[in-house]
Amino acid sequence: MTLLGLDNLTLTQTAAYVGGAAAMGLGAIGAATGEGFTASRASEAIARSEEHAGDIIKNMLVGQAISESASIFSLVIAILLLFMDISDPGIVKAASLLAAGLCMGFGAIGSGVGAGLPAGRSCLAIARQPAVSGRITTNMLIGTAVCQTPAIFAMVVALILLFKSAGGIAAFPTSAALIGAGLSTGLAAIGSGYGGGMAAGASCEGVARQPETTTAVTTTMLVGQAVAQTPSVFGLLVSFVLMFRSFPESTALSASVGLLSAGLCMGLGGIGPGIGNGMTAEGAVRWVARRVDYSGDLMRLMLVGQAVSQSTAIYAMVVSLVLIFVV
Amino acid sequence: MAIEGAELVKAAALLGAGLSMGLGAIGPGVGEGMAAAKACEAIGQNPKEAGLLTRTMLVGQAVAESTGIYSLVIALLLLFVV
Repeated sequence: MTLLGLDNLTLTQTAAYVGGAAAMGLGAIGAATGEGFTASRASEAIARSEEHAGDIIKNMLVGQAISESASIFSLVIAILLLFMDISDPGIVKAASLLAAGLCMGFGAIGSGVGAGLPAGRSCLAIARQPAVSGRITTNMLIGTAVCQTPAIFAMVVALILLFKSAGGIAAFPTSAALIGAGLSTGLAAIGSGYGGGMAAGASCEGVARQPETTTAVTTTMLVGQAVAQTPSVFGLLVSFVLMFRSFPESTALSASVGLLSAGLCMGLGGIGPGIGNGMTAEGAVRWVARRVDYSGDLMRLMLVGQAVSQSTAIYAMVVSLVLIFVV
Repeated sequence: MAIEGAELVKAAALLGAGLSMGLGAIGPGVGEGMAAAKACEAIGQNPKEAGLLTRTMLVGQAVAESTGIYSLVIALLLLFVV
């Protein structure tokens, strides 16, 4: 069976190149935006407190390096896609390579922008409270590292898709399932990466405002970020089901479209709750720093609020799983 | 390959279900998160009213949730009824 009248090797090679371009093209958006935000805040911080320019620049560079890692993942996947040996060309392999590129490209957006937020806001925090610059940088590092998780999920899925053996598998609906798998993790990572960054940004400001609340602020940040990562974990789950379940051969259009739709549903559905959970965590962290005596109340309210916001991601997961297993 | 009309309709319904729930989840997710963020702020400013503020937040979120539920209903209708 051929597609578009192309022979198998041409089709697979084309898909690999398009995938590589998507991985790097989309993957550059997040890191560039995030690092630009960091640099702009660093300039502002140096203007306010030029005698601490050294600390601020160091902090900016460390933060930007972490934000950059999302796009380095994209670069690695893009280079692999451009130069890898294709041992089993065909429609399934073509879909798998295209999906790997899309997954990494979309997956790097949220983490790149998200890691830029705490990096930038920590520069301002150092200008405000230079005495605790070490503590602010540490807190920023923890926060940005958690922001990278969704991009790492995307890289894991992209690598599995790159090296998945495609020999002897019927073209449809497996190829549609693989593209769905790439989109599910890739798109769901956008919200979680960005949301995690919002929480981390507020915690850097919080540490500068009230250095003695650092422990409570960091704890609230980590709990909030962990909940904000859930939508990307749901995305990962749906991807794994789509990648590793063997689907009976069917050339019916609805079988293929259903599996693609399952991936899209979870991917898109994860974006909003990821950002919403991040917003909630940001609000909670900011106020834990100001009213640390009420940190228990704030944590409770944050978790209740996040749980409600999470519900739509759960609906999306339910619809995805129904599309995979029931319809 | 030739695609029959009924097959195309079924495929469109499945794609529609995914898009309905996927896109429909974005708004409530962000909106409810915003409501909860402001509720945290309000409790920070006025911790004595924590009970009232939590109730208000939940009522507001329930209303914001309704569009997510509409999306879910439409997705399930597309999957099982249409």
